[in-house]
Amino acid sequence: MQGDFDALEKRLGISRRDFLKYCTGIAATLGLSTSEAIAMAEAVAKPKKRPVVIWLHGQECTGPTETMLRSEHPTLERLILEMVSLEYHQTLDAGAGHQVEHLKELSMKENAGKYLLVVEGSIPTRDGGVYCKIAGKTMLAHTVEAAENAAAIIAFGSCASWGGVQSSGPNPTGAVGAQAVLPGKTVVNIPGCPPNPYNFLATVMHFLTFGTLPELDSQNRPKFAYGRLIHENCERRPHFDAGRFAKEFGDEGHKKGYCLYKLGCKGPETYSNCPAVEFNDVGGGTWPVGVGHPCFGCTEQGVGFTKPLFSLAEVQTHTPPNAFPSIAQREDTPGMSAGAAAVAGAAVGAAVGAAAVVSTRLGKSDSDSET
Amino acid sequence: MSHAKPLGGSIFTPAFMLCLVLFVIGMYFLGVRFTDGMGAVANINGGFPWGIWVVYDVVIGTALACGGYALAITIYVFNKGQYHPLMRAALLASLLGYALGGVGAFIDMGRYWQFYNLLLPWHMNFNAVMLEVGLCVTTYILVLVIEFAPAFLERIGAHGVLKILNKMLFIFIALGILLPTMHQSSLGSFLIAMGYKVAPLWQTVHFQPLLALLTALTMGFSIVIFEASASQVAFDLPDETSLLSKIGKIIVGLLLVYLVVRFGEIILNGKVGYIFAGDKNSLLFLLETLLFIFPVVALLSQKMRQNSRVLLWAAVSMLFAGSLYRFNAFLFTYDPGPGYSYFPSVGEVMVTVGIVAFEIMAYMVMVKMLPVLHKEAHA
Amino acid sequence: MDRRTFLKTAGAGVAGAACISTVADARPNLEPAPEAVGMLYDSTLCVGCKACVTACKEVNDMTPVDRGDGHIYDSALDLSGDTLNVIKVYSDGTAAVKDSEENGFAFEKRSCMHCVDPGCVSVCPVTAMRRDPLTGIVTHHPDACIGCRTCMVGCPYNVPQFEYDNAFGRIHKCQMCNQEGLERINKGGMTACAEVCPTGATLFGPRSMLMEEAKRRMELKSGDNYNFPRGDISKPESYHEKELEADYQNHIWGEKEAGGTNVLHISAIAFDKLGMPPLEDRSYASVSEGVQHTLYKYMALPAAAMAGLTYVVKRNKDNHDGEE
Repeated sequence: MQGDFDALEKRLGISRRDFLKYCTGIAATLGLSTSEAIAMAEAVAKPKKRPVVIWLHGQECTGPTETMLRSEHPTLERLILEMVSLEYHQTLDAGAGHQVEHLKELSMKENAGKYLLVVEGSIPTRDGGVYCKIAGKTMLAHTVEAAENAAAIIAFGSCASWGGVQSSGPNPTGAVGAQAVLPGKTVVNIPGCPPNPYNFLATVMHFLTFGTLPELDSQNRPKFAYGRLIHENCERRPHFDAGRFAKEFGDEGHKKGYCLYKLGCKGPETYSNCPAVEFNDVGGGTWPVGVGHPCFGCTEQGVGFTKPLFSLAEVQTHTPPNAFPSIAQREDTPGMSAGAAAVAGAAVGAAVGAAAVVSTRLGKSDSDSET
Repeated sequence: MSHAKPLGGSIFTPAFMLCLVLFVIGMYFLGVRFTDGMGAVANINGGFPWGIWVVYDVVIGTALACGGYALAITIYVFNKGQYHPLMRAALLASLLGYALGGVGAFIDMGRYWQFYNLLLPWHMNFNAVMLEVGLCVTTYILVLVIEFAPAFLERIGAHGVLKILNKMLFIFIALGILLPTMHQSSLGSFLIAMGYKVAPLWQTVHFQPLLALLTALTMGFSIVIFEASASQVAFDLPDETSLLSKIGKIIVGLLLVYLVVRFGEIILNGKVGYIFAGDKNSLLFLLETLLFIFPVVALLSQKMRQNSRVLLWAAVSMLFAGSLYRFNAFLFTYDPGPGYSYFPSVGEVMVTVGIVAFEIMAYMVMVKMLPVLHKEAHA
Repeated sequence: MDRRTFLKTAGAGVAGAACISTVADARPNLEPAPEAVGMLYDSTLCVGCKACVTACKEVNDMTPVDRGDGHIYDSALDLSGDTLNVIKVYSDGTAAVKDSEENGFAFEKRSCMHCVDPGCVSVCPVTAMRRDPLTGIVTHHPDACIGCRTCMVGCPYNVPQFEYDNAFGRIHKCQMCNQEGLERINKGGMTACAEVCPTGATLFGPRSMLMEEAKRRMELKSGDNYNFPRGDISKPESYHEKELEADYQNHIWGEKEAGGTNVLHISAIAFDKLGMPPLEDRSYASVSEGVQHTLYKYMALPAAAMAGLTYVVKRNKDNHDGEE
């Protein structure tokens, strides 16, 4: 183990301490234990063979790649580049043109069934997908082809997850997400605009370490990142519960950090871990709601890019763990206790018994008087 | 004037001691009620604000104490002087029943330290049934004290006062007839304002006062039979069956009127279906009706009415019928909405049992010390 | 009793009953107060944030319900001596769809409905419950209250609640934040629950304006967009536009029920599902007072009865005394 880390230090040019810190951080994002962080470190330190990554770009703004590049953990890009073998990436590749395309085809053939496919950006489908072409081939064809022999497919960003902003009406290019053009295949969606890089990194690390994908929700988003509503962990939640709302930007309530629900915050209907991991490693509450802008629901299909920015969200908290009393639930309605039933029964019994005693003795006196 | 005599004898009989124990237990729970709040003892809640302390101690307790009222009507309105020998015992039972009903109302009052507001004219709401009941019951307790006072005055030999009182007594006797007529009917009127919470078979709206009054009167006559029979065997008194059998006849008459009105209302308002619904309410109604009908059937023939045991059981049946009628309307079938339920707690029952035990103790002591009962046969 | 006496008695009883039932209808329901204020609760707008519950507790200085089982938030189940306002939920099956009776859920606000013809006011023996002659707000005055709890049995909505856990408890009920010492309405403000409601599900204002608003909403169909006011309908703090997802029931609760209420409810599911009681248009107060007044009009009947009784009793008593 020690030797592995020495080699790694040389290879990556980072200290062993920094490296373990990084792995523990990633494990924490995933909600894994320290021992699993060590396993993760080992997986990176002595890779069996660095897995190949093919990274496609469709219709998009390159936000996911940009956000990846701005991850603030020490020398992250170098780690990723060393850790995995990124064999095709239109933004980061040094080379260009037919040579790169050729290398991609070679790599896909050579690593068939072993490489990781990352899709970024939406895929236009109208008119045969002609609205996005790379090297003379549609993005649609690229995606289908690359997915054919991929070991795992990750759709990174809202565009790749369901179409994102391009898919909003009127959607002239017929933009859809990766899953829509890859029926029958499991596509892990990491939505967000931009998506949080740590949710991506953690998913990749999980795959590298355990060889499996993390647990997914009904929309194939990793549960560790998208299991809870933003509303549930929001630091402004107490203001919501107390009815303290900012009514317009810059008003008294807004300055005081009140809840942004009335300004159209979609936190109550958007699943993401934003309030927990925040953004860009700046800390100090740096994420949209933290800095005073309502969440616009970028990780939620049908909310982000679909609902008006300042319309009220549909609050989803009627589902567990939030509880409401049902119509028939009342305060303090103790039921019948056995003791009370017995005592009440005894009281009624005593009344009947007394009547019986009187009756018996009446009968006796009757017969007495007759005789 | 009166031929009643104190019975004398030992006070601390086993029955008295048993009642004393029950009374002490009741007082313990009552103490908890006053230190920790009503919720600490009683199971009353948001939907059932009235538990057995109101429904038994006040609504049923005072109906059971209608003996004095029923006899007063018979003797003084229908001019049947032969019932005089039963009067004092009935008055004593009425006094005790009403006084303890008053105590029951007081302990059930959430803000008892302000009870006097009921007597302050600027606080009064003349629309409220409760005001009428509260004032009537309070006044009637005083009237009963005055009506029973001759027994005490005879005992201490205050003949001068007795003479003056006797001259004015007719006013109090008249009041003693008017007041129970008013508040016993009003106890039924309570149910009108409860509306849908009272089950359809018991929510007779405009007939509530009449039904309450009829059953209270019948219960009053029945308790006279029960007390006379119980006293006869307990204190070895002469047989009063011939007097009681005439009361039995009155009971039959009143009950027939009651049944006509009760069933007439149910039939006219198309509520017959509820009787045969087979649910809890219909079973309680059938049980209640059986208890009402038994005395009618049992006492219909002259021969049966002469049998002291039949008389007793008919009276007991009627007492249970009247009590169940009230329990059903106020508690058993009372439904304030989904999720609410009520059953008295042990402490709650014990407080009521304690009060009844005190009543019995007080009765036993008073008949031994004051001229209430008659040793010689009268009829 | 012979047959004749029996028939006489029975006849008198039936005649008396008939007399009661005809004259008892004398008093009609009360009319809404001239400047009646109220609230409109729209169940379809409620998102269950419970801000109104919290605000109510705070403004009215009510203690949290402590069930001692680790609940961090005040989690009142229903109205009680500690709670004047609570949001409850109807749910069926999977409870997936809002405002659907089947496999759905809907919110309901429980607080005083401020009846136009309030039962609690009618039955209170010491006028501790009062209806404001101008605003129609039903208030409670503990300095008069004797704690008989007739208001609780006389309220069709089980609203007044007694503090059973307090040896010196009192009745609590919503007084539209206008009780002595608070008087938000008198000062031109609105109820705390309406003020904090982020969706306008609880809307404050004059009853007449709220009634018009409710009737306008009855006209809407699912899919329509509507601009919902928030706060006080006579001077809304703001509006928000929303597309209707379910049709309203064509029923404004509180328009007619038991004489009507100042707090109106509208909903997309039937009101009995939301725990509303089975009420008819006639108020219990008017029926009950009708019977009481028939029997006790200016105490005329009792006075006449007393006079008659005194005469009869005196005559008979003198007879008996003479015999003895």
